[in-house]
Amino acid sequence: MSKVLLDMKNVRVSFFTPAGEVKAVNDISFQLKEGDVLGIVGESGSGKSVTAYSIMGLLATGGRVVGGTIDFNGHRINEMTEKELRKIRGNEVSIIFQDPMTSLNPVYTIGNQICEVIIQHTDKTRKEAMERAEELLSLVGINEPKKRLKQYPHELSGGMRQRVMIAIALACEPKLLIADEPTTALDVTIQAQILELMNDLKEKIGMSIIMITHDLGVVASMCQKIVVMYAGKIVEYGSVDDIFYNPQHEYTKGLLRSIPKLDDKEHKKLVPIEGSPVDMLNPPAGCPFAPRCESCMKICLREMPEYTAISDDHYSACWLLQKKEFEGGSGKNE
Amino acid sequence: MAQYLVKRVLLAIVTIWLVATLTFSLMHLVPGGPFLAEKSPSAATLQALEEKYGLDKPVIVQYKNYIVNLIQGDMGESIKQRGRTVSDLIFTGFKVSARVGGIAILVAVSIGIPLGCIAALNRGKWLDNVIVLISTCGVAVPGFVVGTVLMIIFSVKLNLLPTYGLSSWKHYIMPVMSLAFYPTAYISRLMRSSMLEVMGQDYMRTARSKGLPQWKMLFKHALRNAVLPVITYLGPLLAYTLTGSFVVEKIFTIPGLGNAFISSITGRDYTMIMGTTIFLASLVILMNLIVDIAYKVIDPRIKLK
Repeated sequence: MSKVLLDMKNVRVSFFTPAGEVKAVNDISFQLKEGDVLGIVGESGSGKSVTAYSIMGLLATGGRVVGGTIDFNGHRINEMTEKELRKIRGNEVSIIFQDPMTSLNPVYTIGNQICEVIIQHTDKTRKEAMERAEELLSLVGINEPKKRLKQYPHELSGGMRQRVMIAIALACEPKLLIADEPTTALDVTIQAQILELMNDLKEKIGMSIIMITHDLGVVASMCQKIVVMYAGKIVEYGSVDDIFYNPQHEYTKGLLRSIPKLDDKEHKKLVPIEGSPVDMLNPPAGCPFAPRCESCMKICLREMPEYTAISDDHYSACWLLQKKEFEGGSGKNE
Repeated sequence: MAQYLVKRVLLAIVTIWLVATLTFSLMHLVPGGPFLAEKSPSAATLQALEEKYGLDKPVIVQYKNYIVNLIQGDMGESIKQRGRTVSDLIFTGFKVSARVGGIAILVAVSIGIPLGCIAALNRGKWLDNVIVLISTCGVAVPGFVVGTVLMIIFSVKLNLLPTYGLSSWKHYIMPVMSLAFYPTAYISRLMRSSMLEVMGQDYMRTARSKGLPQWKMLFKHALRNAVLPVITYLGPLLAYTLTGSFVVEKIFTIPGLGNAFISSITGRDYTMIMGTTIFLASLVILMNLIVDIAYKVIDPRIKLK
């Protein structure tokens, strides 16, 4: 059994805005083992990026971890000062962002921006850092790395820029790579290349990855474990097989119904999830998904359900499961 | 780059020719002439004077003569200040104005930029509010009010600073302050808003995720991107401030170019009007060219075409 690299326990993150407190992440817990790839799935505003940023202490102004503990590689992240966090960021944990077009500083060369992080966290000289940067560029599959080092971001395509971002993220061989929708802004062929590259590098470097996405296809091809988030809460957690073949939460089921399948009959319509996400300023008292849920019961609107374990590594928060358990049924045979 | 420069120089020549033509026409459309005074000279004297300066010829001939001379680099003699060439007068005035104006711009840049950054970094806090308040006042209060108020405080009440002339460093304080007040305020406002914009950019988040210290994020990543609007503003500002402000030069009795320009207009000193206008136009064009090149140096995305 490999070591636990990241342990999130009852983490709550709030943003304090003039309009009031927004509980962007509300009491979530999960673990990530060394070498694993964890997918965090959910629609926009479900708190998946906020969860990831809280691991790096990268929350935007106004955002704060207000409860729980985040333990990463022997550090208690939520109790560290900005100065201590700086030693970890880019070094032990790195992140790649959604939009490679804007994530690189337009006025500095690629080489400069890769070297910067190497020099920050190692004793390497500028020359050594440049050599390492060249190495990294060929590692992420960029041709003519020597030439690229001297180029500016605007001279590179989106896919290339995302590769550069990955090179920056990997520069100090982090234990954990957070990928915040790394392929959303890229076209489909490039998406596949980038995912393949990440899978490759994971093996080579031996890091763990947290893959944040709303693309279930990405999750299926890369992850071992999946966290499904809705309105700041984890509604279901399980292995890829659990989530895809034995989904328990109505939201997960809805998500799966909304993606096309290869073996579907022609002209079969996709089923969208009706309604829109909850207002995070005034979240409902009960299950946040209840207003959109087809199987909503009275209790769903009043109280948030506890987690029901379907197996050791698969649990979900839904009253239907609680009901089933109460009636003596087994959640395993849906 | 060379091709670009040639293009810009050719464009500049056309612009200056247009400015010269326009100024020449306007100047002759305005009633009056250089020799009209309360006690008009006799008709014979007047005719002699006009003949001497070629003012008796038709306007179109005068225009042709002027342009021909201008191409040869000769801006003629001042009509009002006998025996001095226009180039000489402009050069003398410009030396004085440029020194005062240059110091004022240095002050404006070195106070305005940090002030804007500080305000942006403390967004919404009291320090930001104070800076915004001061800079709003700064852009609202005209230079002559600043000059006069300074004079009342430091010269009349406190008797600390001299009110006219430029014979020691003390003389420079009040003119420089009056000149720098508006640009300082304006630059700090520009800097604040562009800094706020830059700080919200994705690449700043990237910089933070790299574990860079605060100063490196600010000076390396933010400043270079945020300073571009200030550079844009600096071009025309340099041209106008170096050539002197008529108001400030009048208040502090500085023998600069701004003063010379206005008195040449009121005195219908035709050659001086033409000379100073063309000089100012050339300076604006030159500064804009420098700004465009500085842009290219700061931001590699910009293509000079």
